[in-house]
Amino acid sequence: MWVRAALAYRTSFVMMTIGSFAANGLDFVAIMMMFSQIEALGGFTLPEVAFLYGTSGIALGLADLLLGSIEGLGRRIRDGTLDTLLLRPVPVFAQIAADRFALRRVGRVTQALLVLGWALPRIEVDWTVGRVLMVPLMAVCGTAIFAAVFTAGAAFQFWAQDAAQVQNSFTYGGNALLQYPPTVFAKELVRGVTYLVPLAFVNWLPALRLLGHPDPLGLPGWVDFLGPVVAALMCTGAGLAWRVGLRGYRSTGS
Amino acid sequence: MVYAAVAAGSFRRYATYRIATAAGVFTNTVFGFIVAYTYIALWDERPHLGGYDQAQALTFVWTGQALLATAALMGGGGLDEMQERIRTGDIAVDLYRPADLQLWWLATDLGRAGLQLIGRGVAPMAVGALAFPLALPGDALTWGWFLLSVLLGVLVSFALRYLVALASFWLLDGSGLAMISGLACMFFTGMVLPLRVFPGGFGEVVQLLPWAAILQVPADVLMGVRSGDALVRGLLFQAVWAVALLALGRLVQSAATRKVVVHGG
Repeated sequence: MWVRAALAYRTSFVMMTIGSFAANGLDFVAIMMMFSQIEALGGFTLPEVAFLYGTSGIALGLADLLLGSIEGLGRRIRDGTLDTLLLRPVPVFAQIAADRFALRRVGRVTQALLVLGWALPRIEVDWTVGRVLMVPLMAVCGTAIFAAVFTAGAAFQFWAQDAAQVQNSFTYGGNALLQYPPTVFAKELVRGVTYLVPLAFVNWLPALRLLGHPDPLGLPGWVDFLGPVVAALMCTGAGLAWRVGLRGYRSTGS
Repeated sequence: MVYAAVAAGSFRRYATYRIATAAGVFTNTVFGFIVAYTYIALWDERPHLGGYDQAQALTFVWTGQALLATAALMGGGGLDEMQERIRTGDIAVDLYRPADLQLWWLATDLGRAGLQLIGRGVAPMAVGALAFPLALPGDALTWGWFLLSVLLGVLVSFALRYLVALASFWLLDGSGLAMISGLACMFFTGMVLPLRVFPGGFGEVVQLLPWAAILQVPADVLMGVRSGDALVRGLLFQAVWAVALLALGRLVQSAATRKVVVHGG
């Protein structure tokens, strides 16, 4: 229904899709302009940075396509329209995720796929079956991790109603972080996104293994393969937080 | 004056959303850190890129974060509400009011910008100054010129967003155009990369576009890259674009109100 609604204003829809495509694209243009001045950033070449950029963009893009609408939860809590959703015989989570589903968000995924497609033949990797499989696995785990962050952020809004921005720091901010090599950032920041909010498992750790770069934190090698475990744990945690939040919801009004 | 009251009302309205402002400060700070580290890596490879030393490049990052909400660098900034009023037809009510449409929205935008400069500008800048070596001026005069430059930048930003909002009279749903204009704003203001770093002739052209008046000029004023003649030229550049775009907004507005057909009426 929301797809049809969006298509009603055709010019606007086309512009939005181009916009969503370009939104991510501009970041990459900035990276290319940086590389017009330098050979390597933090020891990574342009194709290697493009690989990080593509893998992170696909993960965030897919999570955003599926669950991006969830950030509207705060608004629904404020104006009381969340109550309507509680009355319907469909899980609230599914309703809120489908609410204002925005097809234009495929723009981001497409753009990230193109960048990844450009990067793959240009990075120096000794491709084996296992290494080839690692790339789609990264996308799946990364999507799950970002989806968990979206859900946890939404659950947080049951308490702090108009703090949707905080969620953005972890989703879009996380994406901005993962586009660059971990060697660029201070150790504390890298530790934060490894142990606290384990975004490093979206692409940094598996990509470092693929590209043959050492891990700046010096973690044991098997940690690079923990992506699926981390994703499963995060989804469980976010799901629990959502349940607790929804159960404690007391509607607006006085 | 009615417009002063409107601006004050808008200031108070945005002051109500305290948690949202705090969340915004948090986001600006997080992004500030991420961008700051990438700039450190970039300026380590290429010292004096674009004529900035590392401290100036970092100052640019945090000025950008401080002005992100103030000058509505991602677009919107309250004018999406006007756009929505055009789409639903509520704008007809506004046109009946004994107040000028452009001045009315300008007043609300200035009130909003004022609150956000205090609410979302000061805190990220302070955090940035604590965490990184910044090239901030020690004299009050430079800060004064900076604030004037920010005001002119907000005027240019408003004039551009007002034109985008008016386009809804023709497009009906203007959210697509608003998105593209927001992106153009992010890119051509230098928020993605300082305009002085843009390569060659392209770099020179982007510094003449109106978007350069919104972030690049105020940032250069703050870090003392523009002083003396260059300062005057920068402020004039901003003022000329502000006047030209506001005048264009008036023209488009009169064309739009002559053709307005209210939905359902």
